[in-house]
Amino acid sequence: MIILGIESTAHTFGVGIVRDKDPFILADVRANYVPKEGGIHPREASRFFATKAHEVIKQALEQARISINDTDAIAVALGPGLGPCLRVGATIARALASFFNKPLVPVNHSVAHVEIGLKLTGARDPVIVYLAGGNTMIIAFNDKRYRVFGETLDIALGNLIDVFAREVGLAPPYVRKGVHVVDECADKGSKLLNLPYIVKGQDVSFSGLLTAALKHYKTGKYRLEDICYTLREIAYSMVVEVSERALAHTGKNEILLVGGVAASKRLQEKFKLMAKIYDASVHVVPPRYAVDNGVMIAWTGLLAYKHGVVIPVEKAVVRQRWRLDEVEIPWRS
Amino acid sequence: MAFRRGGDTLEKLELIYKGAEAYLFRSTFLDTDVIVKYRLPKPYRDPLLDRRIRRDRTILEARIIARIKELGVPVPTLYMVDPEKAIIIMEYIHGIRLKELINHANISTIETYVREVGRSIGIMHSAGIVHGDLTTSNIIVKEDTPYIIDFGLAQYSDELEDKGVDIHLFLRSLESTHPRFVDRLFKAFMKGYEEIVGSRGKESILEKVREIRMRGRYVEERKLRKQ
Repeated sequence: MIILGIESTAHTFGVGIVRDKDPFILADVRANYVPKEGGIHPREASRFFATKAHEVIKQALEQARISINDTDAIAVALGPGLGPCLRVGATIARALASFFNKPLVPVNHSVAHVEIGLKLTGARDPVIVYLAGGNTMIIAFNDKRYRVFGETLDIALGNLIDVFAREVGLAPPYVRKGVHVVDECADKGSKLLNLPYIVKGQDVSFSGLLTAALKHYKTGKYRLEDICYTLREIAYSMVVEVSERALAHTGKNEILLVGGVAASKRLQEKFKLMAKIYDASVHVVPPRYAVDNGVMIAWTGLLAYKHGVVIPVEKAVVRQRWRLDEVEIPWRS
Repeated sequence: MAFRRGGDTLEKLELIYKGAEAYLFRSTFLDTDVIVKYRLPKPYRDPLLDRRIRRDRTILEARIIARIKELGVPVPTLYMVDPEKAIIIMEYIHGIRLKELINHANISTIETYVREVGRSIGIMHSAGIVHGDLTTSNIIVKEDTPYIIDFGLAQYSDELEDKGVDIHLFLRSLESTHPRFVDRLFKAFMKGYEEIVGSRGKESILEKVREIRMRGRYVEERKLRKQ
């Protein structure tokens, strides 16, 4: 079985082609939208996707050395994400499905991050920590679905460090040689400042931390390195603390880190220190698949398609706020 | 482990609960059954941050318990606090958790308890205190009185947001562990709450709870708002 998957939820237009035996990745092509300044401008990103899509799909088919006729189904990320961006991927997927008469498989982007993490790390039944620009969630599989144990009450962890980096002039670019600029700056700091640490039950809140960190910066009285150090120390510790609660509560013995922020070495270190208390193991999705990509959509599409999950073309509309705990997962029990 | 303070020695520390944040020991102190709550150091936090969090949370928890007790809300009595060691010694409440009781006692009795809890939370909120982890596991019924326990995440706050989170967490715990009785029990809770804060206070908090749910994880309610 061969599945072609399309990702276009935010800044990456990605096409992956996978099959149901290892090595499972046949193709992985991506086009990344990089804003000239500021954050993602959804409409600009979608225009960029529209101009690149044709080329990306063609390259992916070439890389896999197949024709589109060889695929069994088309998978597409219908959400969650930015409306204009999602619509590009959805439109193309619907067109391919109807023109080549292929089944269309709806994929939830968050579920895809989790599934590719499980596939590539071999973790069996972990507490999953999904940390990205738009998402901060502590997840565990239970009774047919991925359940959210805790999440951010306001902005995502990735958003916190990206906005801070941008506001104080550290970014763009946000990542240099695989290291986030806030991480890089924090490595040079050492002094813990008095910034708020906000955990509410299983949930975290970052907006107060962001405001306080920016206020500290604007006074000019503190070294930026120390602000970065404190911001990182507090934000990461908050996430580790709620993950620890989920681990203690569920009694699971594995932790899986997925999403773009999972690449942070300091974050991984903190998770390892926590896991040691419970004799749990820490798995981290490889950096290339921590960020958005088409392979994860194709792979999740393959799992879903094997269990009969398809969507009629006319019903395949995007869902900007499609939560992962709404999705039934028939391929796990 | 043995904790000593002056001449008083805690007898026979028995570990009864290993939480992610703290260990609870059962013991006797001055001839009384007590709970010893010890906040654990975390190796993954900057040591200064770790000390700050453990000390601050210990002090805050103790202050809040004392304050709520003054207001007449049933909570454990405090016996000793040591912020630097992150230890609180308090009364052991001999009773049954509401979470377990719900599946065994009759529903109208439970309603009475939950309404009482609503009153307690109303009193706390009116005094600018939020619990922070209000679930049916954190309520113990002793001699027909529901005691609220575990103020580990409680804080002083007059923000409607924080109060809304309390109600939201309580509703969520009813939904996840007692789905059959959610509506009845939540209504009883809000009735007790309203008795303290009045109908305007109740309406504004319910509005806030709806907003929190729409922002966060409750997509179905978000859809309702759009219609």
